[in-house]
Amino acid sequence: MIPTLFFVALITFALAKAAPGSPFDKNPDKPPKQETIDKWNRFYGLDKPVHEQFILYMSNVAKLDFGTSIRRQRPVADILGQGFPVTAQLGIQALLLALAVALPLGVISALRQNTLIDYGSLFFATIGTTIPSFVMAIFFIYIFALGLKLFPITGWGTPQHMVMPTVILAMGAAAFLARITRASMLEAIRQDYVRTARSKGLREQVVIVGHVLKNALIPVATVVGPAAAGLITGSFIIETFFSVPGIGREYVQSITALDYPVIMATTLLYAFFIVLANLSVDLVYGMLDPRIKVAK
Amino acid sequence: MADLLEVSDLHTQFFTRDGVVRAVDGVTFQVAAGETLGIVGESGCGKSVTALSLMRLIPQPPGKIVKGSIMFDGQDILKMDDDDVRGIRGNNIAMIFQDPMTSLNPVLTISRQISEALELHLKMDKSESRKRTIELLELVNIPSAKKRVDDYPHQFSGGMRQRVMIAMALSCNPKLILADEPTTALDVTIQAQILDLLKNLAREFRTAFILITHDLGVVAGMTQRINVMYAGRIVEKADTGELFANPKHPYTWGLLRSIPRLDESRKAKLVPIEGLPPDLIAPPPGCKFEPRCQYRRDVCREKEPELVHIPNAKSDHESRCWGTQAGGWLVDTDWRREIGDTRLIEAIKQETASVTATETPGE
Amino acid sequence: MATASTTQDRAAELNVLARKQRSLWQDAAYRLFRNKAAVAGLIVIFSAFLIAILSGFIAPYSPTLIPTSPASQMEPLWTGSKYTDPRYLLGTDFLGRDILSRLIYASRVSMVVGFIPTSIVFALGVSVGLTAGYFGGWLDQLLMRFTDIVYAFPDFLFLLIIVASFRNSPFGKIMDGLLLIFVAIAIVGWVGVARLTRGQVLSLKEREFVEAARSVGATPRRLMTKHLLPNALAPLIVTAAFSVPGAILGEATLSFLGVGIIPPTPSWGGMINEGFPLFAANPWAVLLPAMCISVVMLAFTFVGDGLRDALDPRMKT
Repeated sequence: MIPTLFFVALITFALAKAAPGSPFDKNPDKPPKQETIDKWNRFYGLDKPVHEQFILYMSNVAKLDFGTSIRRQRPVADILGQGFPVTAQLGIQALLLALAVALPLGVISALRQNTLIDYGSLFFATIGTTIPSFVMAIFFIYIFALGLKLFPITGWGTPQHMVMPTVILAMGAAAFLARITRASMLEAIRQDYVRTARSKGLREQVVIVGHVLKNALIPVATVVGPAAAGLITGSFIIETFFSVPGIGREYVQSITALDYPVIMATTLLYAFFIVLANLSVDLVYGMLDPRIKVAK
Repeated sequence: MADLLEVSDLHTQFFTRDGVVRAVDGVTFQVAAGETLGIVGESGCGKSVTALSLMRLIPQPPGKIVKGSIMFDGQDILKMDDDDVRGIRGNNIAMIFQDPMTSLNPVLTISRQISEALELHLKMDKSESRKRTIELLELVNIPSAKKRVDDYPHQFSGGMRQRVMIAMALSCNPKLILADEPTTALDVTIQAQILDLLKNLAREFRTAFILITHDLGVVAGMTQRINVMYAGRIVEKADTGELFANPKHPYTWGLLRSIPRLDESRKAKLVPIEGLPPDLIAPPPGCKFEPRCQYRRDVCREKEPELVHIPNAKSDHESRCWGTQAGGWLVDTDWRREIGDTRLIEAIKQETASVTATETPGE
Repeated sequence: MATASTTQDRAAELNVLARKQRSLWQDAAYRLFRNKAAVAGLIVIFSAFLIAILSGFIAPYSPTLIPTSPASQMEPLWTGSKYTDPRYLLGTDFLGRDILSRLIYASRVSMVVGFIPTSIVFALGVSVGLTAGYFGGWLDQLLMRFTDIVYAFPDFLFLLIIVASFRNSPFGKIMDGLLLIFVAIAIVGWVGVARLTRGQVLSLKEREFVEAARSVGATPRRLMTKHLLPNALAPLIVTAAFSVPGAILGEATLSFLGVGIIPPTPSWGGMINEGFPLFAANPWAVLLPAMCISVVMLAFTFVGDGLRDALDPRMKT
């Protein structure tokens, strides 16, 4: 994991530095004086050679010092600390909602293949995975906020504010999870051991719950980790859209502003979660599938 | 007295996009209590579908049992409602499947998979069923049964897994066990062990068996009677000894001829049955075997023969062939002359004689 | 007594008469075209292509010129509100430009962004994956480390960083930012394809037909192109089918965030970005491009699903 994160940092740093311009030329109407720029450059260490900057940054990171945001003049750790709980809350809510919808939907539609419910859930899954979240958000806002005036368009804090962002974020994940659940159930039901179970005289319900589900849910469980990571790292569109004060929104803004410390720190944070999620896949497999032994 | 199992005119079909597959096309046979019947034929001849039909395990779309009756212990299985059929499965009739790797649930312990039937049908509680499970495992010669009862299927070898399946089938003392190619997926040496096990169990518990296989060698040592199936129908029925001594159908001759001989010269060629089994969606109008038969005549292509008694044959010997029926052109043919040797047949005769002598079908 | 050969002929005759034989590809094509959703998708995609190519002829107005006396924020004619102008069927945007024309021209961006980067991604990804998978060794190790790193980046954010960083450079201004987007999508995408190809090669490498080919003297290049690649093709085709909408979506999202195509060139995502501040006043300026994106994405998804079902030999209904 560490080497991966190191290279992630390296690449991000290289890209950010390769970008033309500097954090200080973002205001064309009121360009600061050259000496002010020089002072800032010295302050933020931007006058040093690039590789020195990188080494300095990485050694600070090792000490868990993430520097100061150029744009906001506050410690990066503070900014992340403030934004992350919001993003995390949004992500977890979305994940729970997605699971609550997707699992039953996937299971039922596999059992009632080619019926209305199956087509309905396939339709839902297609829409959810195909239509981009901001497009979905647009339709939602049009119907629920502007039309029915049920929810406010932007902001965060009250339950009403949270509904639309959570639902829209959940849709993509729910559609994806429902598809996987359905496919996994269909695969499990075709297995020989299901025929053996039926040949013992077990009721269909017992066969499904006792024999099929346990097998079918394993692939789904392994995918939850990456899905969660996807939700956390992918929330920035929703956050930008609905002005939710999470780290995603912060990130987008810092990229356009070339706020290096924030860019680096947030990218590392995201990468960390993704790598963690990928590791969790194997771990979960090891826990749930008796055929696989996880080396302790 | 009535047989344990009487199957009459069974028709099982599969409705596919390409047409209706007539997998079992009019099958009639009986199995007496304690008797072992062999059903022999190539892949696709309908033998497995017959067995699955007996337990009504045919997947409903696309399959369907469209005609016939299956009398088990005096009741027609095809007319029972679902709950009653489930009551029979695993309880009075049990099944052993071909591939023990995939037929056991990988995420459940052996103990759970065997106890299920015990708790369901015999209403045992957890401790009783566990005790009985261990007994069953010991019965099928699984070493250290007590320690291994909580293991998972993947922790057993292929032969052991099949023994577990056998234990599972035996668990509620069924009157009839259907064994669908029980040894096909196993090594030859393990095969012998499993077959021995089955033979002993049949004798000890007086269980009737239907042994389904494509391997004539397997049925020779195990069965009292044999049905030879082709294209969804039975083409020959006889006692085992009689079938090997006096086969009366060109297909059976083909099967027997195609067995490679240990004492053949190395230059001798294998003698396959040429051609392929017919398309079960659009089978030929006459005898289904006719396209591949070297003894065919015009009548074979026009009309399908019925399954009739062979004149002057021992006991209950039937065959579905124009040529071997009374007045047919194959009645006096000595099929053995085609391979020119009687030693193989003698050997088989002796084997089957020993089987028939020791087995006493319960009445 | 019939001879052996006529027996065989007869048997063959009876079998072949029963049903026509189909090759794998023919079978796949047959299944694909029976899939109504996929066919509908193909029609939509084809139409989008036509519209993109013929946009100069179809669009009533210029997409970028601002009229001298602009009628801005007009709504589509069917809304019946007082803010409509009979000259503009779907209304106008905040600068008075005709929305219908902009939508039509924007399809060019989407079609081009869909297919060109995907082709690059595949050309590059498949070659690297094939080579790495076949030869193994350090090349393979390098590829795997590389993919680990790229995978650690959230897909889109990587894209975002690349694009946002270089927008203001001379390179980023070529073709109104389109070239930069191509390159960015290609950089992010080829790794996944390479990995997929490599995986396929690894599993196919040990199969008997490869051994057989090698034993009659096939060179590595021949093995890779004539044996391994065709067999690995099926999942690659499906992945390609799904990368196209992915690329389209990537561009749309970038434009929506304001870092994509440089205005005034129209793109659906960009139109959403421009219309969003005035959503409440003129929702259709946002809804219409949103619908265009949805329809095209759905079309590609149906085709992709159809291809996957058609090419999967295990799927028999």
